[in-house]
Parts: sequence; C-alpha cells; structure tokens
Amino acid sequence: MSILIDKSAKVLVQGITGRQGGFHAKLMMEYGTDVVGGVTPGKGGEWFEGKPVFDTVRTAVQTTNADVSLVTVPARFAADAIMEAAHAGIRLVICLTEHIPVADMMRVVAFCQARGTRLLGPNCPGIMTPGQAKVGIIPAMVATAGNVGVVSKSGTLTYEVGFAMKNAGIGISTIVGIGGDPVIGTTFVEVLEMFENDPETEKVALLGEIGGSAEIVAADFIKNAMTKPVAAFIAGRSAPPGKRMGHAGAIVDGGEGSAEEKIQALEAAGARVAANPEEIPGLLA
Amino acid sequence: MPLKLHEYQSKFLFREYGIPIPQGRVASAADEAQEVAAELGGVVVVKAQVHVGGRGKAGGVKVAKDAAEARRHAENILGMDIKGLRVEKVLVDPGADIKQEIYLAITNDRGARMPLIMASMEGGMDIEELNRERPEAIIREHIDPIMGLQDYQMTFIASAMGMPRAQWRSFGKILRGLYQCYVKSDAELAEINPLVITGEGELLAVDGKVIIDDNALFRQPALTAERDTSDEPASERQAREAGITYIKLDGQIGCMVNGAGLAMTTMDMTKLYGDADGIGPANFLDIGGGATPEQVAAALRIILSDDNVKCVLFNIFGGITRCDEVANGILTAYNEVKPDAPMVIRLQGTNAAEGNRIISEAQIPNIISAETLTEAAKRAVAAVKEGA
Repeated sequence: MSILIDKSAKVLVQGITGRQGGFHAKLMMEYGTDVVGGVTPGKGGEWFEGKPVFDTVRTAVQTTNADVSLVTVPARFAADAIMEAAHAGIRLVICLTEHIPVADMMRVVAFCQARGTRLLGPNCPGIMTPGQAKVGIIPAMVATAGNVGVVSKSGTLTYEVGFAMKNAGIGISTIVGIGGDPVIGTTFVEVLEMFENDPETEKVALLGEIGGSAEIVAADFIKNAMTKPVAAFIAGRSAPPGKRMGHAGAIVDGGEGSAEEKIQALEAAGARVAANPEEIPGLLA
Repeated sequence: MPLKLHEYQSKFLFREYGIPIPQGRVASAADEAQEVAAELGGVVVVKAQVHVGGRGKAGGVKVAKDAAEARRHAENILGMDIKGLRVEKVLVDPGADIKQEIYLAITNDRGARMPLIMASMEGGMDIEELNRERPEAIIREHIDPIMGLQDYQMTFIASAMGMPRAQWRSFGKILRGLYQCYVKSDAELAEINPLVITGEGELLAVDGKVIIDDNALFRQPALTAERDTSDEPASERQAREAGITYIKLDGQIGCMVNGAGLAMTTMDMTKLYGDADGIGPANFLDIGGGATPEQVAAALRIILSDDNVKCVLFNIFGGITRCDEVANGILTAYNEVKPDAPMVIRLQGTNAAEGNRIISEAQIPNIISAETLTEAAKRAVAAVKEGA
C-alpha cells in the first residue's frame, strides 16, 4: 500500500490549460494517474486530452467526484486556488507553486485545517506512489514500488536519492514532497506518522535541509513514537548563516536551523544520518 | 534576497500606522546633517543607516550636543566602512529622555504557522542574546492569521510583560499599529527596539527594523522602490536580474545545479571531499527547471566572474530539465565564455544518455565527466588540487 494516494485517487489539475499544468497533467496520465479533469476560470467547457475543463473546483467536484487536486497556477493566484479546492471538499491539495507570500500561506493553512483538507506544499514536487499514481512533477524514472517511505523538502535531491535507491534495488512505498517554503501545509512529523501507521512501509528516508526546526521536531517524533528505522540526509552543511539558499525556508537565522543541530538531533533520536545522499541506500539495506 | 528596510525607512513606515517616532530626518551630507540638527535644536543623535547589527559599537551612532557637533559626527560617519558596508546616509534624531527600554516585534513563526508577537520590558539589547540569557523575560503571543490581533491579547501582553498601567492605552495603540504595518506591508519582521517610555511617560519608537517578504513585492510597489542593494554583491545582483539564484561563497569549486536542495547538497559534497585540503564550494547556484542555453551561459559567466573559481562542477538531475538541452547550453556557454578552468559534468535523469553523448562528441579538452554525484565531487576536488 501507500500513504495519501493510490490508484483510486481521482485527480483534478488546477491550471490544466497552462503550459506547466498541461505538460505535467499529461505525464501524470501516462503514469496511470486517474486525472478526471481540470479547472481554469474562464475556460469551462473546453477539453484537455479528453478530460473536461471546468470554471470552478466546485462544479468539477460535483461532476467528477474528484478527491485530490494539483495546484499549478502562478503565485499570485495560488493561495486562492488552494482555498477554492478546500472549500469544494477536496481531501488532498498538492501545490507546486513557488513564491507564494508567507502571509497568504498562514491564512491558507488555517483555512484548510478548518475544513479538514490536507495540503502538501507549496513549492513542492508533489507525491508519487510508484506503480500506482503520481500527482506533481516527480519523474517516473526515479522510483520503483517497494517498502521504503520517502519524505523530503526538496525536488531534485529527492530524485537523486530515489534514483540511487532504485539502482541499489530498493523500492519506495510513497514519495512525499512537503516543500521548501517557511510555511507549508504538511510537516515532516505528519508524514512520518502516516508512514509509521502504513503496513506496507517498513523503513523511512527523510531528506531535510537547513532552516526552521521541522527536522528537530521530527527527531523528537522518531525518538518517542516511531518503531520503523529512519535514514536521513540534511542538505546545507556548507551553507553560510543568514543567507537564503534558494528555497525561501532554507536559511540559518540567528543560529537556528543549522545542519549540525538537525543532524545531532536526528542521530540522538536513533536515525542513521548520511553525510552523502548516495549513502542512503546503504543505510536502508 | 529579502527586502530589508533601513532604520529611517522602518520608522517612517511606522509613523504611517500611527506609531510615534522621534521627529528626525535623513541626511547624506554633513551640511545637511547640521541643518537638520539646527532645526531640531538641542541634543541630537547621528545614526549610520546600514544593514548590519552592531553599528553603535563600530562608532556609527553618536550623540551631539549642538548642530556643530552633529556636523562633525556626520562627517566622520558618512563614508565610514561598517563591516564592509559604506555609510551613505545618517539619520539625525532628537535625543530622547529614556526612562525605560522595551522590545516589541511581530514576526512569522514558521513552526506554528502563525504571526508571533514578542514583547519584553528588557528592550535595547539584542533579542537573540536576551532569548538565550533570559527567555522568560520575553512574552510570546500567537495571532490567528484569519482573525487578526484581538483586544484581549493586547491586554494580556501589556499585563504579562509588566507594562505600567499608565501606558497600557498608548501601548495598545502602538501594538495595533505595528500589527497593521506588519500585515499591510507583508513583513517577515516588524520590530521596534527600543520602544522607550520617556520622562513624560510617552511611548516613542526610537529604533526600528522591517523586513519584507520578497514573494509579496508584486503587491508592494512603494516598498519595492525603497530597496537599497548596496550590500548585495554585484554578481548576486546580476544573477537575480537573470532569474538565477546565486550566492557567492569563498571556495574554489563553482557549482551549477538544478534545484535548491540539490544545489546545497552538491556544495556539501565538495566540502565533504575537499575540506581536508582546504577545498570547498565557491557558490550556491540554482539554474531552476527547464534551463535554456542562454541561462546556462549567463550562469557560467557569473560563476567565472569569481577569481577564486578553479573548477566548475555541473550537477544536473533531469526531471523537467532535459539533460540534452543542458548539454547544448553548456556547449553554447563554453564557446562564448571559453573558460580555462576545468569543468566536471555530471548529467543524470531525463535524456542523460543523449546529453552525455553531446558533451563527449564535442571533445572539449578540459571537460571531465562523472556518473554519480560522489564521483563528480571527488573529481572536482582532484581537479582543483592538480591545478594548484
């Protein structure tokens, strides 16, 4: 099995008529994801690769029974698009969009929580349950089905690790990209808890980075509530303090959020921490 | 990089939200500083406007008893180098009669995913230091981002921090003003330190700091115009204008990578294998998804503008980015830039085989290819050692 999505997920793509949205919607369909339609305000009634396009998420849900939505719209419209999906009763919203203002995300996260909608991201590569479905931009080639759960703040680093695992013959239950922004809908701990409760996940790989304290909170959870082994990598050991390393959230601020403190906390919690992400498969074997 | 406002910009912004500030003005020449001081009359403070902490200790803040002395201070401070930054402007403020210094700030609490108010009667000092030494002296209150700041929370903060009752009313006004300022300006941080209680019992924001969320600048045209980029290295500004995220570091291996997490990881690997020999990353650089040949060329030029760079390491894991396109980009860039430094190229993922073929057929003498990230990092370190 898997967490959050499997082949039964009925997926909408918000922004399906856009370049990015359309491109990835097609790749998702090729992978076997059940994309049931798209939403672009003002383009309701059109078709995309044989799937209906709607003006609003509400009509799309009424017509297609979609339960998952992928948000690919530009930053200044993305907060509204996430809220629209939550309002329409979507169970899981995955937001790829980068550069959404933090103030918007704080309100959006509260809005989603009040409606029982789980949000992944923003600024995340999405989610993939190998062999079943993928929602987002994770390339199909980076993973085969198996029993290791992967949770990560980053996109290409995740591909790197997934690919190394695949080459080592290690399969993945679900890859969850939580995103590199300061304020995100789903944190490491929530995903770790889902993996801990998933009967098909036996081990977990956690890929973190500098900035914030989510990895420290995750270490507490690993120590106190997890029975499954965890391998981890933290990016940004060589990053200088006070500089934002690409991801809006990747900044060591006032001595907080350094790679060293995260690595120490994870090691103290019993996780095996790799100095090189290509060592992760060895730590999972 | 985040938009940091200078002290004077921060305080002038506070004033728009009804927060009382000293009636000073900015000067960029000593004459001007003297005029402002003469107009204000009495004791004034001349304060360097630079984006670094500790300017007081560096001699960037001086008290003057009259306009002539203010002029002398301004002459010394203007043009002064404080931690590598040249002082272009001074703020000339009237001296305040300070009875008590208070700390008050609103910031984004990323863990709680809510705005956080921090307040302390022990203002004036560095908040990080206070937080380490006496965390109990700081009152913390989260704000519901949908509902906003409530009256009972203002009463709670004033009461819990030990604000004298006589000042509750004016403190409440300032707190509400600061919250409005934080929300309306899309601030990551809106800080008054110190907020002072004067001899007459008035509250006054004597120093301030505001940082604006870069991602919200599209709806903050007035604040965007206030950006002072003088502390941004020229190479970082060029990169920002080219849509590339670049941060200069002090090592020898220039890194060109797609994706922020992988870019950091690639830096880490050069340090992991090079640190023993004093070798490490020269920069962080994320060329983003779907990099075009033009972008790759621009990125290569920016990397090579750093004289410390002895080797360039390309680490591309193709997802949306296609390795064949990047390979063509590298060749275009190579032919334009003709770098002397060896280049280690590692292409993996989407169309990697095609990308590697393009590179190897070009038969460029100083290109070293690598299969894995580990191999690439080790070869880049070896190339720097050989060249040394």
